[in-house]
Amino acid sequence: MRTVYADNAATTPVSQHVVDEILPYFTEHFGNPSSLYTIGQTAHRAVTKARQQVADALGAEQSEIYFTSGGSEADNWAIRGAAALGAKKGKKHIITSKIEHHAVLHTCAALEKQGFTVTYLDVYENGIVKVEDVEKAITDDTCLVTIMYANNEIGTIQPIAEIGKLCHEKGVLFHTDAVQAVGHVKINVKEQNIDMLSLSGHKFHAPKGIGALYCKKGLRLPNLIEGGAQESGRRAGTENVPGIVGLGVAITDMVSHIDENAKKVSALRDRLFEGASKISHSRINGDRERRLPGNFSMCFEGVEGESLLLMLDAKGISASSGSACTSGSLDPSHVLLAIGLPHEVAHGSLRLSISENNTEEDIDYILEVLPPIIKRLRDMSPLWDHIMERENNKA
Amino acid sequence: MEYSKKVMEHFESPHNVGTIEDANGIGEIGNAKCGDIMKMYLKIENDIIVDAKFKTYGCASAIATSSIATDMIKGQPLKEALKLTNKAVVEALDGLPAVKIHCSVLAEQAIKAAIADYYKRQGIDPEPIVGKIEDCDDHASCSI
Repeated sequence: MRTVYADNAATTPVSQHVVDEILPYFTEHFGNPSSLYTIGQTAHRAVTKARQQVADALGAEQSEIYFTSGGSEADNWAIRGAAALGAKKGKKHIITSKIEHHAVLHTCAALEKQGFTVTYLDVYENGIVKVEDVEKAITDDTCLVTIMYANNEIGTIQPIAEIGKLCHEKGVLFHTDAVQAVGHVKINVKEQNIDMLSLSGHKFHAPKGIGALYCKKGLRLPNLIEGGAQESGRRAGTENVPGIVGLGVAITDMVSHIDENAKKVSALRDRLFEGASKISHSRINGDRERRLPGNFSMCFEGVEGESLLLMLDAKGISASSGSACTSGSLDPSHVLLAIGLPHEVAHGSLRLSISENNTEEDIDYILEVLPPIIKRLRDMSPLWDHIMERENNKA
Repeated sequence: MEYSKKVMEHFESPHNVGTIEDANGIGEIGNAKCGDIMKMYLKIENDIIVDAKFKTYGCASAIATSSIATDMIKGQPLKEALKLTNKAVVEALDGLPAVKIHCSVLAEQAIKAAIADYYKRQGIDPEPIVGKIEDCDDHASCSI
């Protein structure tokens, strides 16, 4: 059976190039980067090189990159850190959006319990924050604005440079969770006025368990983990050297092919949209233009997302959904609700995230398999019957 | 969260999908907001369920529980069918993940709703026989 991996926003396979580059750091270059002898210094040099590679990919300086275990850790560090700095000055207000990743939303919720106030900005039907809403929300008490670069479910890209500019004018720190964006769209932290940025390696062919926080020079966040002198003393713990090396290699590979990948991937994605839009009672979620090259998100009425993705899995296709059943709660995804979808429509969502590893044949296979699965589920769906009855009554 | 082999079998090839033209007991439980609707069609003759079919909108476990529950009541006298518990449905499926137990409750309630409808059509008050139907009209009852 054909298999098509179309859930690259969940995770990606580690590239062969990355595997080849990191393997020696498990064996011959196994040294502790803090050790002074040759084996240790070989590892130390590799970590320094990777830090430079990450900095180069973001338009940052090496000293501004801190390796973490991944995106969630970087988000927690940035938000809790900025909150602690704000609290020292009596500023206890944070602005974020309704469609952030839970690493951001739950961190904000935890801070609310500690006496912070949080404004959750609307994103409107297109899934994009309005800069003027950020401006209106900023008060003298605001210490941090944290808005994701690109959404993980609907792929929408936020006006990061504009929000960053506004924050700088108002003297407020600006953090962006760029886990879905790094390696896929061009980022320059200086030009885009970003003070802190979170990224995660496994979203662009580096291993799981490695990420980074960019934190601009001069901004001294409280230490995340106390201990040794690693990461300029701010995040102790012996470095995950193979992971760090992999992160450096992967981000360099992605950034050097960013234009050609975006062109290829968005063409495949558009082919998917075009084909899947022929299915009746379907809709595209999020802005059609301002979205990640590889993100496809649609809702199919009368169909429940978990059943849809398990049936796709039975045909060898890995996909994702924001239905309640897949979110592990009774409510469908907060992102789909935030763009105004009714619960019953949000339950029928399908996310496919395409990478440069996918082919036109993959897309054609998905488009061959998807319509009959939707028909099959609708044929057994009383909700679909209700929708049809409502329409017949109208007619 | 992983489904048992039995759940996947009933999800991928569900038994008794469809409607019964001359059904004399029809029950619908759940709502679109929660993401689950089960509709049961029963053909009852001499207090025996001679045929049972269903239509379900919902996740894999909702479809699998509908499939196995209709299997379990087919050919049964009404009295026996009313004894079907969600626990028995879960056991027949070799278990369900904890977050999916409410799907088995829906199946039990949908059958009861269909039997209640049958009694109503006969001019008999179903409540003393069938009991109260617990519909999933808010999120609280979903989390049974």
